[in-house]
Amino acid sequence: MSEQLSRLVVDSNTGIDVSLPVAGPGVRSYAFIVDWHIRVVLALGWYAAGAAFYNGTLSLSPPPKTDALWFGAIAAPALAIYFLYHPVVELALRGSTPGKRLAGVRVVSRTGAAATVGALLVRNVFRLIDALPAFYGVGLVVSAFSRDSLRCGDMAAGTVLIYQATQELLPLESSRKHPGMLDAQSTELVLELLQRWDTLAPLARAGLARQLLLRHGADAGVVNQAGEQELHSRLERLSTGA
Amino acid sequence: MDQTARRHALSTALLQRAGLWREAQSRLDRLAGTRTDDATEAARVADDYRMLAHDLARARDLLPTTRTRDYLEGAYARTHGALHHGEWRVSSALRQFVRVDLPAAIAWLGPYLWWTTLIFLLAAAAGYALVRRYPDLIGLFASPDLIASVERGKLWTDGLLNIVPSSVLSVQILANNVVVSLFAYCAGLFFGLGTLYILGLNGLMLGAVFAFVGAHGLAPALAGFIVAHGCVELSVMCLSAAAGAAVGEALIRPGRAGRMRSFSEAAERSGRVLIACAVLLVGAGLIEGFISPNPRVPVGARVAIGVGYWLAMVSILSGRLFRIGDLLRQPQPRSVANDVAARSG
Repeated sequence: MSEQLSRLVVDSNTGIDVSLPVAGPGVRSYAFIVDWHIRVVLALGWYAAGAAFYNGTLSLSPPPKTDALWFGAIAAPALAIYFLYHPVVELALRGSTPGKRLAGVRVVSRTGAAATVGALLVRNVFRLIDALPAFYGVGLVVSAFSRDSLRCGDMAAGTVLIYQATQELLPLESSRKHPGMLDAQSTELVLELLQRWDTLAPLARAGLARQLLLRHGADAGVVNQAGEQELHSRLERLSTGA
Repeated sequence: MDQTARRHALSTALLQRAGLWREAQSRLDRLAGTRTDDATEAARVADDYRMLAHDLARARDLLPTTRTRDYLEGAYARTHGALHHGEWRVSSALRQFVRVDLPAAIAWLGPYLWWTTLIFLLAAAAGYALVRRYPDLIGLFASPDLIASVERGKLWTDGLLNIVPSSVLSVQILANNVVVSLFAYCAGLFFGLGTLYILGLNGLMLGAVFAFVGAHGLAPALAGFIVAHGCVELSVMCLSAAAGAAVGEALIRPGRAGRMRSFSEAAERSGRVLIACAVLLVGAGLIEGFISPNPRVPVGARVAIGVGYWLAMVSILSGRLFRIGDLLRQPQPRSVANDVAARSG
């Protein structure tokens, strides 16, 4: 997995560099589309509720003559929700938005640290350029061709969009006390299969268990005849080196 | 023990540390959403960081294409980000911004500000001279409605409040001004040319309109309308352009740091000024919506408001306002007479 992603490598004071998986234009667009829907729904919701309250009916039409209450309480807040969604939410969630969370990405500085308030504001100001001529055309093209998939706003603010580290990838810790025949990768596979055992379909887990046991020298006749319980205990013995 | 067996033994030992990694990440989760003054917890995160660095280095060697390595990369990056974040408390970030960052950015923008102001004034003079010499050219700068209104001997701003309420007018104006100001800044991305275009065009329009209304004897009325909000609005225009020019120059002459880094540094430094500009434009928009079109506000009051707001802007941007505040808050040296009086009292 790590080999497929482009990575931004940052020095650290431990001497071991930090490797940040950079998010590309695809996931960037996905996060944006989710956020766009959220802000459209919020802005329209505000407008519809305000208009219904103002008109006293379910009508959404504005008054024929400009009215301060209509503008100040209904139209302006709806526009503010739509246009200020990104800067406000990114500041509140420290470089993330609901769309970015759903896409598993977040904004950080190019040193790997959390982006500062100033950087997040500059990043959002440059949406004016990235959004040109329509549908974030400039931003999309620039992020497709730039190193580290940066749009103009990221270049200006010194930020980068990275994949958020998930915690679900770690297999069970090994309890093997003695090094056996398994290499690290196989140990991981065995441990992961044991970890997921209950969530897999019986046929699938049995098939995988047989393949792993056969690969590590188990007797084909015995393994093919073994039931699920037997396969599970054999895998456990394999993982502990017993 | 041969090399393979040794690597197996090391890998196994490494995998047995997964519990420690999980513990480190849970600790980080606990601390991430909260503020704590507990130094022990913070020190433990720093220990976790070193532990993860150590294990990651081994994982990169022993388990290069495994999920364990991916996990450790993520955990290490997360801990790195948590330990190296900037100021996030809004009050102290704001204090730092107005007292230190903003005045420093303004001082850095000083030369650009002189140049953009000069260009704006030259453009305004050029627009004035052009329309004065060739009155028909006003069609290039002003709308037909504006021209028709002035030719009837009335400013287009007369009776504005009968058409649009002040609050609506204010929001429309300030939104428009903020967008123009941000565009003038962002257009610096086109090697500064976009900024120069917007600045020049605004200067030309201002000069041209003044020449046109002057020819119809309405220049004093227009100046009276503009003075309350225009001092700050036009200054902010020049400030935004200065910020855009700084960004443009960073792209044209990046220096040793490289174009990308230079651009990024210039944009972040000058971007601070933009935040102040947007706030100042909100004030100018409110003045333009409530005071400028109101015929009951006398010219003297308009001048006082315009100049006062401009002076406030200068003292905020230069940091003088907060330096004066600090001086006033400093404890005064007590005299011996006061001490004696206090003791006897």
